[in-house]
Amino acid sequence: MRFESVPRAGTSRVLEILAPALSLLAGLAAVGLVFLLKGLNPLFALGEIFRSSFGSVFGLTETVTKALPLILVGSGLALTFQAKFWNIGAESQLLLGAVFSTWVGLTWGPSLPGPVIVPLMFLAGFLGGALWGMIPAALKIRLGINEVISTLMLNYIAAELVKFLVVGPWKGASKHGYPYTDDLPAQAILWLFPGTRISPILLVLAPAAAATLTFLIFRTRFGYEVRVIGENREAARYAGIDFFRTSLLFMAVSGGLAGLAGTGELTAIHHHLSYPDTLSAGYGFTAIIVAWLGRLNPLLVMVSGVFLAGIIVGGDAIQMSLGLPAVTVQVFNGIILIFLIMGEFFLRNRIRWVRRTPRHG
Amino acid sequence: MARIRTLEMRDIVKDFSGLRANDGVSLKIEAGEILGLLGENGAGKTTLMNILFGLYRPDGGTILINGEEVVFRSPRDAMQRGIGMIHQHFMLVQKHTVLENVALGFEKAPFFFPLRQVRRRLAEFSYRFGLAVRPDEPVWKLSAGEQQRVEILKALIRSSDLLIMDEPTSVLTPRETAELFDILKRMSGEGHSIILISHKLDEITRICSRVQVLRKGKVAGEAPMGEVSAEDLARMMVGRRVADSYPKADLPPGRVVLEILDLEAQNDQGAPAVRGVSFEVRENEIFGIAGVSGNGQQELVECVTGLRRASAGAVRLLGREITGLSPRQIHNRGISHVPEERIKFGIVPNLLLYENAVLKRHHRQPYSIRNIMNYPAIRRHAGDLVKSFQVATPSIYSPMKHLSGGNIQKLILGREISADPVLMIAAHPTYGLDVGASEYIRGQIIARRDRGGAVLLVSEDLEELFMICDRVAVMFEGRIMGIVDPRSGSFEEVGMMMAGAVEAAGGEATDAV
Amino acid sequence: MADIVFSILVRTIAAGTPLLLGTLGELITERAGILNLGVEGMMAMGAVTAFIVTFGTGNPWLGMLAAALMGALMASIHAFVSVGLRANQTVSGLALTMMGIGLSGLWGKPFIGKPLAVKMEPLAVPLLEKVPFLGPLLFRRDPYFYMSVVFGLAVWFVMKHTSLGINLRSIGENPRAAESQGVKVRLYKYLAVIVGGMAAGVAGAQLSTAYSKSWIEGMVAGRGWIVIALTIFSLWEAPRAFLGAYLFGGIFVLQYMLQPLGISPNLLAMLPYGTTLMILLGYGFSSGGRRRMHAPAMLGEPYKRGEV
Repeated sequence: MRFESVPRAGTSRVLEILAPALSLLAGLAAVGLVFLLKGLNPLFALGEIFRSSFGSVFGLTETVTKALPLILVGSGLALTFQAKFWNIGAESQLLLGAVFSTWVGLTWGPSLPGPVIVPLMFLAGFLGGALWGMIPAALKIRLGINEVISTLMLNYIAAELVKFLVVGPWKGASKHGYPYTDDLPAQAILWLFPGTRISPILLVLAPAAAATLTFLIFRTRFGYEVRVIGENREAARYAGIDFFRTSLLFMAVSGGLAGLAGTGELTAIHHHLSYPDTLSAGYGFTAIIVAWLGRLNPLLVMVSGVFLAGIIVGGDAIQMSLGLPAVTVQVFNGIILIFLIMGEFFLRNRIRWVRRTPRHG
Repeated sequence: MARIRTLEMRDIVKDFSGLRANDGVSLKIEAGEILGLLGENGAGKTTLMNILFGLYRPDGGTILINGEEVVFRSPRDAMQRGIGMIHQHFMLVQKHTVLENVALGFEKAPFFFPLRQVRRRLAEFSYRFGLAVRPDEPVWKLSAGEQQRVEILKALIRSSDLLIMDEPTSVLTPRETAELFDILKRMSGEGHSIILISHKLDEITRICSRVQVLRKGKVAGEAPMGEVSAEDLARMMVGRRVADSYPKADLPPGRVVLEILDLEAQNDQGAPAVRGVSFEVRENEIFGIAGVSGNGQQELVECVTGLRRASAGAVRLLGREITGLSPRQIHNRGISHVPEERIKFGIVPNLLLYENAVLKRHHRQPYSIRNIMNYPAIRRHAGDLVKSFQVATPSIYSPMKHLSGGNIQKLILGREISADPVLMIAAHPTYGLDVGASEYIRGQIIARRDRGGAVLLVSEDLEELFMICDRVAVMFEGRIMGIVDPRSGSFEEVGMMMAGAVEAAGGEATDAV
Repeated sequence: MADIVFSILVRTIAAGTPLLLGTLGELITERAGILNLGVEGMMAMGAVTAFIVTFGTGNPWLGMLAAALMGALMASIHAFVSVGLRANQTVSGLALTMMGIGLSGLWGKPFIGKPLAVKMEPLAVPLLEKVPFLGPLLFRRDPYFYMSVVFGLAVWFVMKHTSLGINLRSIGENPRAAESQGVKVRLYKYLAVIVGGMAAGVAGAQLSTAYSKSWIEGMVAGRGWIVIALTIFSLWEAPRAFLGAYLFGGIFVLQYMLQPLGISPNLLAMLPYGTTLMILLGYGFSSGGRRRMHAPAMLGEPYKRGEV
């Protein structure tokens, strides 16, 4: 007896939703298994994660706080993944966004009013992320360099660059011994809803970005060309699509959105540039799962972004209460992602039993 | 193990996701026989042979060798019982040498230094059957004929008694075909049996001792070669009379639309592929390009459509230079293109039908207006195409990949014709399609011509070219060997040109052996 | 002066060994047509496993063995997803890396800052160690070095001169051709991915039980990704893998040598990553065609049997 897979002729709507949902459940079960191996009660640990992220007002506000950068970054990744361009460098595009806006904020912040400096900083953040993101696009199209490697190398380089800045030339005069820049001037810092870390500006910006990206992907000529490139490069060539221009553009948008997330983290939460892993809770990597779970549709990314933000918040909470390291979240990420792509298979294929002796393999 | 004296397939049934590819097919062959397996594309010939070779397992039926039932779980089992198969697309590793290819999966070669022994055997067999190959050349440098000899040697070295050949002549020049047939005769003389899959009547009649015809997954007829006529076979194959020519309006050629002057271009490997080609295509004209594929036709078309840079020469459209323009610019000037390998180039399988209906024209009004896609207009256009070009599809919302090959091609053709192009280029537009779809597509191409259009048609199918073209140029090794008028020219003449034998008579020896 | 050269070479070899092991493993994997971007994660898991086992048993050889098994286990997930389910190999590899980094951090946390009592000690090769200069340089190293060299030679020999190698290389180029000759394509692919994982696991073990003797979270520090780049650099041939690995080993050493000159350690830390980009850049400019010529033609393409 053995399994045989048969491609499905078409997939139903129900299955489209059911497959990722079931994958998610299976993934969570696997995470539970990891806890079990670690000597923890899996039901308790998993319960704890969701209780602390979705079970209280404070938890919910924290979840939203972390969902906003994930939605920004995840929407951009949905765009590049549509083109099958594997941008793994959102983490460093986010950092570069923060670096650019720090520079703008510290240089011009003191002399400009809030309504001017804040948009300028966001603009700078977008620009920083966009420029950093366009490098791997150019390298891939012009020189055939694999974007996974180049974006990852740029991640390491950007992280070292930020460290270099905060302990070296940009180290704040007022920050004795700490690897921080000086704080941004008060007018460059975003107003938050009292008792939360949510800024109304970001609360509007993230969903607006997701909506814009949805329109971009599914309603514009650019989005059409991106999808054609992703689904069939040869046909894209045949159709006269300019790979270089299009790739630069989608990486500018994707990097730019990550840069905006960097600006957001800087101006709403941290108020100064600091070590990379303080600045970003691995948003650039988690957003990969956000985009995938959202089926590369920015509207669904808003849902998956909130879900994974919950896991980050819950992960933080159990880190404290159970004494786990910060990278624990990566375990969730990895396992969920593996289960999602496995679920993809069952979405596309029916499995049936074949009652015969196995061939081999 | 005893050699194959008789092999029999009984009542073979095979289903592919609801589609019955073989429906109770039986077949018998004896040692020394050359059996022709005739049928249209999609008649189930290849499926049946893949079952015999152990690649597929039948859903019903049995296989008997020398009267004893055998079960093949994999090609390995089939090979061990003395069955070898040569696929239409050669199963060769292009980057590897001939020796490495012969050694691939060869169980009798030693684990360490397998090539030494394979080299000895290869020399032995190539002498015995007169199959000349160069053992240390990488396969990509070999001609199609030589690659086929490698495939035959692979099978012989694995002591195959029964050799299945799937459309073996489709990539060969007439001369190479004749050589192949000599080899096959020599093999049958030594007691090998051969099953020859083909849809070409003349080949079957030339070489086979017996013929079996498949139609729609069933046996449509079976007879010793002497007892049936070519017409009988054709009827069995198609089930009805085939149109042997298409009515065309009697129109004089109009002004020159496309002009190509001393065009030169290189292939992907950087070798010269188009070597000084000149011709022109006029209004009211279908200009055909014949030739065995790989003689520069693809590169020529790519130069005209902007997908490849010419290294010298000029391409002019209505007198204006278009050499070196981008594919989009060239499309905007009015050249439309039905590409070869339609699924690879012509469509995006995972996008929906209506999204595919404007591919390449998606940037123009009314399909996009100021960078925003106008989907209502696109869907209307897709609906029109489906209706006027008889595309069978559940709806315009179906993913393109769910359509059959013929319907995909109808959509592409419709898309390209509806652009009302100055020049339409069609590369192998009917390749792999069934008779009905082919006839329809040829009819549409002629209609285009009759409405004043200029058409450049590249095809390997000589019959097709002779049926519908006004002039046929023959390409060989990047050059045009001659231009023939189908009304006065003969098949034989073109066949000679395809083999490079006219111009090069006595001069260059063109077939590398 | 000779002393300095000697010590640089020794450290280059030590830093290059895990890269060599990893690259050879990835080379085997990619020759079978499978791209495994999970090397970073498999190395991290190898490192933490070797450390914990060595810490517990006091036997670094057991640590190495455990790391190899762990690498194999991780790789078999990738093999199942990419060969069995024909899923996207890029995404699966990324997921593997995330899992590896996460799990290694989780399981290694109690061991951070605890030094090993025993690490993998150098072994002298009798007689050969007496050769001047080369003896002490090449024949008084730890077993990881010897293993990596033997492994490299073996990979070269098997690829070139055995039927196993011919079959494996053919699978990455044209799996259908291999299948049609009765080669068990999926079995080969599974095994190649798993052997590649074992090599990555052992590479990680070298980091935590020979190169240093402690476990630090994130100690693989991008070496897994450098391995991916080195595989491209190697043109999928074992001899060039040696060249690339020791070149990068040298760059890791250079990083420490330049520190006393007053250059920021953060800028120096960019060196290996920057060099990786530079090398790929050089390839892109000079011989993109050549590189593509060498890459297994069906690398990263899911293979479904029977679709002839």
